[in-house]
Amino acid sequence: MEFLGGPLTPSSPRIPCYRTLDGTGKHIPDAVVPHDLQQQDAVALYTAMAKLQVMDTICYDAQRQGRFSFFMTCAGEEATVVGSAAGLDPRDMVFSQYREHGVLLWRGFSFDDFANQLYGNSLEPGQGRQMPIHYGSKELNYQTVSSPLATQLPHAAGAAYAMKLDGADTVAAAYFGEGASSEGDFHAALNFAATLGAPCLFICRNNGYAISTPANEQYAGDGIACRGTAYGMPAIRVDGGDARAVYCATRAAREIALRDGCPVLIEAMSYRSGHHSTSDDSSRYRTREEMVAWRARDPVVRFRHWLVANAWWDEEREKQLRHATRQQVIEALEKASKVAKPPVSALFSDVYADMPWHLQEQLQETLQVARRHPHLCPPDMPVQ
Amino acid sequence: MDSNDKALVFGEDVAFGGVFRCTVGLLERYGRRCFNTPLCEQGIVGFGIGLATQGYTPIAEIQFADYIYPAFDQLVNEAAKYRYRSGGTFTAGGLTVRAPYGAVGHGGHYHSQSVESFFTHVPGLKVVVPSSPAQAKGLLLSCIQDPDPCIFFEPKMLYRTSVEEVPVGEYTIPLGQAQMLREGADITLIGWGAQVHVLAQAAQAVADADGISCEVLDLRTLLPWDVQAVTASVNKTGRLLVSHEAPLSSGFGAELVAEVSRRCFLRLEAPPVRVCGSDTPFPLVFEPLYLPGVERVVDAIRATVRF
Repeated sequence: MEFLGGPLTPSSPRIPCYRTLDGTGKHIPDAVVPHDLQQQDAVALYTAMAKLQVMDTICYDAQRQGRFSFFMTCAGEEATVVGSAAGLDPRDMVFSQYREHGVLLWRGFSFDDFANQLYGNSLEPGQGRQMPIHYGSKELNYQTVSSPLATQLPHAAGAAYAMKLDGADTVAAAYFGEGASSEGDFHAALNFAATLGAPCLFICRNNGYAISTPANEQYAGDGIACRGTAYGMPAIRVDGGDARAVYCATRAAREIALRDGCPVLIEAMSYRSGHHSTSDDSSRYRTREEMVAWRARDPVVRFRHWLVANAWWDEEREKQLRHATRQQVIEALEKASKVAKPPVSALFSDVYADMPWHLQEQLQETLQVARRHPHLCPPDMPVQ
Repeated sequence: MDSNDKALVFGEDVAFGGVFRCTVGLLERYGRRCFNTPLCEQGIVGFGIGLATQGYTPIAEIQFADYIYPAFDQLVNEAAKYRYRSGGTFTAGGLTVRAPYGAVGHGGHYHSQSVESFFTHVPGLKVVVPSSPAQAKGLLLSCIQDPDPCIFFEPKMLYRTSVEEVPVGEYTIPLGQAQMLREGADITLIGWGAQVHVLAQAAQAVADADGISCEVLDLRTLLPWDVQAVTASVNKTGRLLVSHEAPLSSGFGAELVAEVSRRCFLRLEAPPVRVCGSDTPFPLVFEPLYLPGVERVVDAIRATVRF
């Protein structure tokens, strides 16, 4: 009679971590690289990660200046998000959590698109109804972000199942953090996907923190990857700071999912270098030393070192890219700030496909309120 | 299932026919389009939402309305808001959730609940309750075809006891429309589901014994509800009685009474009254006292008419 498992000790076996570049961005000899990146793709990947960093920095500062109410960066996780995005097909439906806007950027979401959503103006599909960073894009196959955690995971399982029924050659990809993986919807989604056979990628960004809660207060077992086995699906742990490894793992996972009509779990180990959001000050729960140590392994820098070693990138191009991106992002924010807000009627439309009687009544009442008390309306919101 | 090959029926135990035999024969006729899921309501609804986003017509069963709560987050925060938050670029409108609800004589706390008022409070959902087999077919088909996510509560008491001629072939009953079951002059009785039959009984009883003429409305859809039919009736009769099995306080009757009081205030001859379940968990041996049975409804009709 033998009991398996138990609390993790330093000598407990752990699922190994797949990586192809070391902490300084040097290629690891004998690393398994089934889909090596050629110059064009590598530069595209790097460019996207660098742009993401620039956009994040400027938008974070813009929020601090009061230009819009809220922002979240993905500092430290650029390789996880962009590397996996590159490993997917643009037709794959993405169900994200909230820190994966790098997928959108990779797929072609413009700085204008980002800025419009941040300002909640009349040009963004969400019509100013949700907080900033709740992006979505039908054209780019990126489901609109919602704040509740892990709710997107069962959606992805269902969407993937639909794709299988359709005989499509696409997958659904769900992103989530290690914190969200404690939610019941994580369990529901993986169990459904495995038992019903849904070609869904479950991509976990294990970034070490759920706001202030460190990962060792989030779970007692060997992270998230080990749960895949429990549910009967293949799983891999990958160095989330190694863009090439993430890219390879995602492509391979996608192939497995399509070939076998099954889900695959990817746990990407990384570090949330930034605060949880503009509402957070992480110096209150972690040390400078820890942050500095991880900054030294910045995934964007690591990947740049690899490009430079291949003579695919240089300082001059770096400067130009960062400068040009800075200008573009600032311009986009400026432009978006001047676009009118959606009209008052957008408060009441889209609750249902057709506006029922009680919303029609309430719309009329609200228009009267807006006319009687104009200060309740943002100045550039049409009262109609 | 015949007319829409993207219609899927799934949930716990639906494949063998379901614990109430609602899905008998579907596996044989439609194969993999009728399938069992693991035992997990939040998964059933979440999975259904995902199917709906891909253009499928998921018809998800929750085995008892008493067990719908794990799916509350998916219904309220996700399904209901899917269209609004994306500006209509994504919707979960193809989703229909069916659940047996209501008293069954011996169900106690967890096989008898009426949960409709948790959901009538959620913008973006539709809530529908049939009162008979013919109503059930027409209303369910409307829910399935409706472009918004619908919750369809089936009164389990009526699965065995309700017998009716049901037209073969496809037909729908419009959502948002009440049905007048009995025309009357002295008081409007409003209910839904199994309770409609209690009201019909009470109406007959007071007609025979007291010569009181009741107008009985089956609301059928609770969200959105048929304000025209209700106010037209109360403006005619001047009296309102709403009755539901769900507990009195904050039940859907409160919403009807509040709106009717506002819209028909000067016409009312008596305070609107609610005859409902007690504000307690649904009890077992006390069920006849808990439920708003015909005796309590009749008492309330007489008191209101004599106000």
